[in-house]
Amino acid sequence: MPSATLLGQSVLSGVFIGALYGLLGLGLTLSWGMLRQVNLAHFALAFLGGYLTFQLSARLDPFVILALVAPVFFVLGMALHWFFLRFSVTLLNTLLVTFGITSIIEAGIQWYWTADFHRMENAYAAVRWKLGPLFVSLTDMVTLGFALALALGTWGVLRFTDLGKAIRATTEDAPIAAAFGVNEKLLGYLVSGLAAAVAAVAGLCLALNHTLAPVQIYAWMGVVFAAVMMGGLGRPIGPLVAGIVIGVSEAITMAVTNPTWAPLVSFSLLIAILLFRPARF
Amino acid sequence: MKIALAAIAAALIGLPYLGLPAFYESFGYLLLSAIVLATSWNLLSGYSGYFSFGHGAFFGVGVYTTAALAGKHGWNFLWTLPLAALAATALGVALGAIVFRVRALRGELFALLTLAITFVLATIALNAVDGGPGIMVNVDMPRLAPTASGVLYLLMLAAAALTLWTAYAIYHSRFGTGLFAIHDDEDVAEVMGVPTYRFKLAAFAISCALAGLAGGVHAVFVSYVTVAETFSIALAVNVVLMAALGGTRHWLGPAVGAVAITVLLYAFTGGDAAVAGRALTGLILIVVIVAMPQGILGQILKRFRTKTPSRAVVRAEDAPRQAVTATTGPLLVARGITKAFKGVQALAGANLEVRRGEILGLVGPNGSGKSTLINVVSGHYRADAGSIRFEGEELVGTPAHRIARAGIARTYQIPRPFPQLTVLQNIALPPMFGQVVMHRAAAEREAWRWLEFTNLSDKAHRYPGELNLHQRKFLELARALASRPKLLFLDEVLSGLTLSEMDGALRLIRAIRDQGATIVFVEHVMRAVMELTDRVAVLTYGRAIAEGAPAEVMRHPDVVSAYLGTAHV
Repeated sequence: MPSATLLGQSVLSGVFIGALYGLLGLGLTLSWGMLRQVNLAHFALAFLGGYLTFQLSARLDPFVILALVAPVFFVLGMALHWFFLRFSVTLLNTLLVTFGITSIIEAGIQWYWTADFHRMENAYAAVRWKLGPLFVSLTDMVTLGFALALALGTWGVLRFTDLGKAIRATTEDAPIAAAFGVNEKLLGYLVSGLAAAVAAVAGLCLALNHTLAPVQIYAWMGVVFAAVMMGGLGRPIGPLVAGIVIGVSEAITMAVTNPTWAPLVSFSLLIAILLFRPARF
Repeated sequence: MKIALAAIAAALIGLPYLGLPAFYESFGYLLLSAIVLATSWNLLSGYSGYFSFGHGAFFGVGVYTTAALAGKHGWNFLWTLPLAALAATALGVALGAIVFRVRALRGELFALLTLAITFVLATIALNAVDGGPGIMVNVDMPRLAPTASGVLYLLMLAAAALTLWTAYAIYHSRFGTGLFAIHDDEDVAEVMGVPTYRFKLAAFAISCALAGLAGGVHAVFVSYVTVAETFSIALAVNVVLMAALGGTRHWLGPAVGAVAITVLLYAFTGGDAAVAGRALTGLILIVVIVAMPQGILGQILKRFRTKTPSRAVVRAEDAPRQAVTATTGPLLVARGITKAFKGVQALAGANLEVRRGEILGLVGPNGSGKSTLINVVSGHYRADAGSIRFEGEELVGTPAHRIARAGIARTYQIPRPFPQLTVLQNIALPPMFGQVVMHRAAAEREAWRWLEFTNLSDKAHRYPGELNLHQRKFLELARALASRPKLLFLDEVLSGLTLSEMDGALRLIRAIRDQGATIVFVEHVMRAVMELTDRVAVLTYGRAIAEGAPAEVMRHPDVVSAYLGTAHV
């Protein structure tokens, strides 16, 4: 049995990794739940954001880079939505098309940045605080802060504003919402653009905290999808909560047993939830 | 044709004996294994629409079974192959037995579940079987061919032949037709008599067995088995790509896609070309999905689709109806049926009696529970309480497909044809799963009869989406009739029809009765009810309030108040 300090540190790191799961899942759950698009390319986009941050960090502050990358990604998200509308791609085919896009982005990344692992050097990584016996780094707090702010912000917009009401109505029945004067096309572009912009934020957090490599794009898919499913489609806070649950349980598993057992926890959780609580989807 | 096939078979079998460089055998092996995996995936996922992203897991179970038994414990390699298939099947059946009972687990949720299974199995294999570094698989090759790679090629050739034959046989069988119906509308398929649960489970089992078999051979081919290479998501996704590229609605489609993608990937191996190849594969995938949603083969076959019906010979003699059995007593008796949806009490102790040979009108205001009653009798919903006896057999708790087989058919108020089956295939489905099980050819002959009966003969090879509402309603009727039910529920077949179309429909319904079927006729058009029915039952608030001759029932004070309100003057 590991010491209390080690266990505490594990839980903490589980929370931080869970925040990143939630951040990656936010864009997915929006486009899946609201636009009926399963966007695998979201991961590739986030990594592209991470690589761009890595590339430009020599000259610019990472947060300035985010301010540049996010609007570009917003436009990319809208372009993707246009493509799906133009060719009326079905839900299952969005999965295949975005897998194709993932391959293209992955190949592009590998061509430009090679298949090697990269780690971004930056001033923020050095900032750490001591909380009793535990350590917390600034970059981890940035991830958690973004994840909380974006999830709660999106939830608030959906819950309390007219815009949110229109989006929720469109999600339930687009033609009827349109008949009542909701501009569902425009909302679709907005949601798709925002989802992609969130990928830019996730990319920044990836670059701040993790190593980047083209193969890593696929490593995140399984767990993040588990978080999205567990959180409930179209619910912005869901992936964050589920992500933290997964992250913490994985971290504890790693601390208590062999680290290679960790995936068993998250996916067994997903399977159990799919089987026993299907009514909520 | 036969000679050509034999020549191809001879060439394929003869390849290892020609003394060519080993490259040809290995490349042939890769092509064949891609064909096995894509085609076996398609048996469940393409045919029945349950998209699996876990095919890599079942393949992996096969790989590890052979690796552990032959590699670690020194068993005879050939003997481990059936065990590899069996292990994968056992896993698939165990999984399916749980998953296929959950109605909500369709579409993308099933896809994710199978994806998750892959990760779980990979973790277990890594920690419990493999131990980390991987397993060496050095086995004594059976001497079937001059070289080891030749033997593996021949084994995979046999597996591919078996897989393609299975796909072909299922495609043309009753089983396959049932799977395609499940793909389009599982609930309707079940009500038409398709044992959906059993069919899905069987398709899953066969699909897993073939993947496991391929895995067993592959363990020896790679000779060094690791978890990362075996349980890769890339394999699952590649398989989906191959099938989607070739066309999932045809037995040969996945094989076409498998050859195309394998050749394409081979063309770009090594270094920078591999990167370009991946990008190109991605691009091709996007273009194909957008330009040919039905896949390469689907697109080609569409060109050859016959638009003008090649009419089958319909024999002159009238349909050999089952004689109206002389047994006395009512055909169907429902007592105290209740059904609630959360707070809403749709049926509150409804009683209904249907006599043999009659047309019973079932009327009542909107929301009175008429459609729910049909859904309960046909087994789509299970009643909360009460009993329904059909020829003495209890129907409550009986699966819907058994009820269909007992001789009860229904139409849907809003037609629910199988959208991706032709009109002819739609109508031929119920006879294959009715009281007398028919083979496909016989069922299609039967379907032609009902096509003529409903005047849809010239639309036989069209898809339901190409029909107008009136024709879709008639299709719905023909499909219900084709199973030759003893008891037929017609749910508002007249709504939305013009007056002249309505007259045509009424003539049809009389003709159906004259052939011996008993009919329950749910309708709001009172003229039709009064004209057509022998008796009328009135339902309000989930309860029958009157039953009897049409004219009498309509004067019944409760009925008048239910429809027009109570007089307050």
